[in-house]
Amino acid sequence: MGAGARLASGIIAVHPREAVALTTACAFAHREPAIKFLRMKPGHGEILLAEGDPAVLEDEERLVEEFRRQLDQGMWAAAPTVDPDTGRREAQLVREYAEIPEEADRVIFFPRAAGG
Amino acid sequence: MVLALLALGLVATALLLSVLAHAGARGKARRARSRHRRRGRAGFEPGDPGRERRAEQRARELLRSCVNDEEWAMYRDLGFISVPGRLAGARTLDGEPSRADRRGSEPPYAYLIYPHKPIVAYVPQTRRLLSEYCVEFPDLTGAISDTRLPDSDDVLAKWMAVTGDESRLLRNANMHLPGRQVDPARIRRDLWRLAEWERQRGGPDSAELSSR
Repeated sequence: MGAGARLASGIIAVHPREAVALTTACAFAHREPAIKFLRMKPGHGEILLAEGDPAVLEDEERLVEEFRRQLDQGMWAAAPTVDPDTGRREAQLVREYAEIPEEADRVIFFPRAAGG
Repeated sequence: MVLALLALGLVATALLLSVLAHAGARGKARRARSRHRRRGRAGFEPGDPGRERRAEQRARELLRSCVNDEEWAMYRDLGFISVPGRLAGARTLDGEPSRADRRGSEPPYAYLIYPHKPIVAYVPQTRRLLSEYCVEFPDLTGAISDTRLPDSDDVLAKWMAVTGDESRLLRNANMHLPGRQVDPARIRRDLWRLAEWERQRGGPDSAELSSR
């Protein structure tokens, strides 16, 4: 019986190995983006600027461009992280795209601090 | 006779001028309303009373997802967050040896982070107020009005700045003595509330703090 063979009952039968491959392909196509760029906006809360997988070249170029645009607008960027020693949540301010921790799942852009 | 007619003419002129001025003001108001209606047809957003509330709700969810569990509970219950400072090193800002050296857990100083109020530095062991750091995060990109972040976003921005790069935040803030913008009595009351809150939760040194 080959892949996708239709039985008399109308059910499509798939070999178990091909079923695993199909499941993996579907999971890959619908997996969550590796990183999200969020921005704080008055009157809205946070908005999603961009998302993608840094391992994919096209996504990375788009993310780098967005990162630079936000910094050019004067925003600060912070990546929520976890201290590996204490397990406590903290943040890391980043000035370059390369400084974003690998394990970060989001970067939050917010207006730069000004003396009040 | 001529004099009387002249006087009558002057009074009539004065009355006419005042009537014309009043009519002109009403016409100006009418034109302003008409411009506002035209702007409405062009896509100008009228005020949405629920927008700020929804923005604050989103901001609270983001804050909760970023900070530690006890910090979120603190903000939810007390309205502020206490964050330990990291710049003092082995000694407290008073010059005393840091208790962290002995216990490994007590910070030499900490910050109280309020929404849209200065950050207050204090010594946890003595509740002595050290200074106020007035800082805000105005969004000036493309905004004519409404540059103010939701309360929880303001708190999150301060929290990220304090935990991420404390010295950078302090360089951008205006430092003042305690009491410049925030009532010291209120701060001390909040510190007492914090101690009671920690005691009820069974936090570290909670009994010692609440007895002071």
